[in-house]
Amino acid sequence: MSTATKKKLAQARPAQARPVRLHFDVEKIREDFPILRQKIRGKPLVYLDNAATSQKPQVVINAITRFYERDNANIHRGVHFLSEHATEEHEAARADVQQFLNATHSKEILFVRGATEAVNLVAQTFGRAHVGSGDEVLITGMEHHSNIVPWQLLCEEKGARLRVAPISDQGELLLDEFSALLGPRTRIAAITHVSNALGTVNPVRRMIELAHERNVPVLVDGAQAVPHIKVDVQALDCDFYAFSGHKVYGPTGIGVLYGKCALLEAMPPYQSGGDMISSVTFEKTIFNKLPYKFEAGTPNISGAIGLGAAIRYLNGLGIDNVAAHEHELLYHAAAAVSAVPGVRLVGTAKDKAGVLSFVMEDVHPHDVGTILDQEGIAIRTGHHCSQPVMQRFNIPATARASFALYNTREEVDALVSGIRKVREVFA
Amino acid sequence: MADLRELYQDVILEHSKAPRNYRELASANHKAEGFNPLCGDHFTIYLSLDGDSIRDIAFQGSGCAISKASASMMTQSLKGKTRAEAAKIFGQFHDMVTGHASSESDQAGLGKLTVFSGVSEFPARVKCATLAWHTLQAAIEGKQEAISTE
Repeated sequence: MSTATKKKLAQARPAQARPVRLHFDVEKIREDFPILRQKIRGKPLVYLDNAATSQKPQVVINAITRFYERDNANIHRGVHFLSEHATEEHEAARADVQQFLNATHSKEILFVRGATEAVNLVAQTFGRAHVGSGDEVLITGMEHHSNIVPWQLLCEEKGARLRVAPISDQGELLLDEFSALLGPRTRIAAITHVSNALGTVNPVRRMIELAHERNVPVLVDGAQAVPHIKVDVQALDCDFYAFSGHKVYGPTGIGVLYGKCALLEAMPPYQSGGDMISSVTFEKTIFNKLPYKFEAGTPNISGAIGLGAAIRYLNGLGIDNVAAHEHELLYHAAAAVSAVPGVRLVGTAKDKAGVLSFVMEDVHPHDVGTILDQEGIAIRTGHHCSQPVMQRFNIPATARASFALYNTREEVDALVSGIRKVREVFA
Repeated sequence: MADLRELYQDVILEHSKAPRNYRELASANHKAEGFNPLCGDHFTIYLSLDGDSIRDIAFQGSGCAISKASASMMTQSLKGKTRAEAAKIFGQFHDMVTGHASSESDQAGLGKLTVFSGVSEFPARVKCATLAWHTLQAAIEGKQEAISTE
């Protein structure tokens, strides 16, 4: 990218310069999200399903629209103006992600479809190259299916063993057990930063330290962490970090895999085709350099640009301000919801982010969800793609309210009165 | 609340709290498992078929109020029926909860099962109401694999 272009791009990015708000004005922030203005079944939408996907601010919607209205062209190949411009925008989004995660190089940022694809990529490349018969892959008892099944398939293929570090009744990782399971045959540990079903924040920094003491590389599934916690991959010293754009106010179909440069360089490619090659003859193909080696085919260009806009929006608000606001909401909600007779919280770790899972005596979560929906309140009910977590707590499902930066105390109060209504219907 | 009461009728709530024929059936000669993977509902239907007719029927499992009440009331309404009669009732039930029943006569023969007509206003809950029925069908046909609503 030329210096002139960089300057132009910098000027076109006002969000970066937005001052950090001393007071988190949630009502003002809600105006940034057009979807929140609507009514559902005649009642104001109370959107508490943010762990499934977050809503999008106008700047993200605009960035995607503007790309298709003004900038659309394929990237990395055209000599014409639009192609060059689209390439610059796409690569500027990569730089946004690099800063967001504090990665050393932008080439350590791979664009993928989402956290699921990121985990699959590592399992199928690094995993297949390093995990052999009799080896072990270590995960935790609170993983999302997307950080279980790719490893299970790998272990089946290689004759390796999937080990699972257990969790406590509060939903906290048993660190000693995790440490003890890091053995001479452990080839990789894949751990979630924040549990999607329980909200537990794992002590990932300490876990990575323990793993590295035994020369075990670590992949962190950050899908539920990046919207709530400042992530610094250098401070964590993680080897891989995965997240999905749509959970952090960006569009669906775009996500990120961060990988340490040396590891990515040494890994075989994932998918193959255009863009990921330097030269092809029928005898031999030379792969492209990072990050393009892992980005076969025309990528989700508008998705990356939308994600870049989302990150700049979040930076503009200040992730620490967001975290403080959400923390207050979550603890207010935990106290208010657990005070309703017959309600029990599932996942009561000391350190939590974003997620409040609960069950009600004699009422199935699915019925809770339907009754709340009649009040315009959107929550998730079910096993949250974490069936082993449900088995651990011996429940078929939970109701899950999950919070974002635009949620309010009034919405939490609406949730609580909705839950009281559930009790009335099932009285 | 009016809409909710259409869905959660007293009979449905009562059956979900105290399901009938909720047991393992020792005399069962047909059995099938059904899952709703989205919400984690899981039922086993036990069937004792005497030639063409349902001599006894029972179920076990866990699920939401709608799925449990539907399973409970299904067992009550199908005991003593022939396979053809059961298939016909399921057809009518399915049409009713999916909103495809075009006339009152389409629901003739459903009896108490008409309390589930409110389900048609809640498309997300159709799977709950029909899980036990699909599982029953699998049990009758002797399918070995667990059936799923997905």
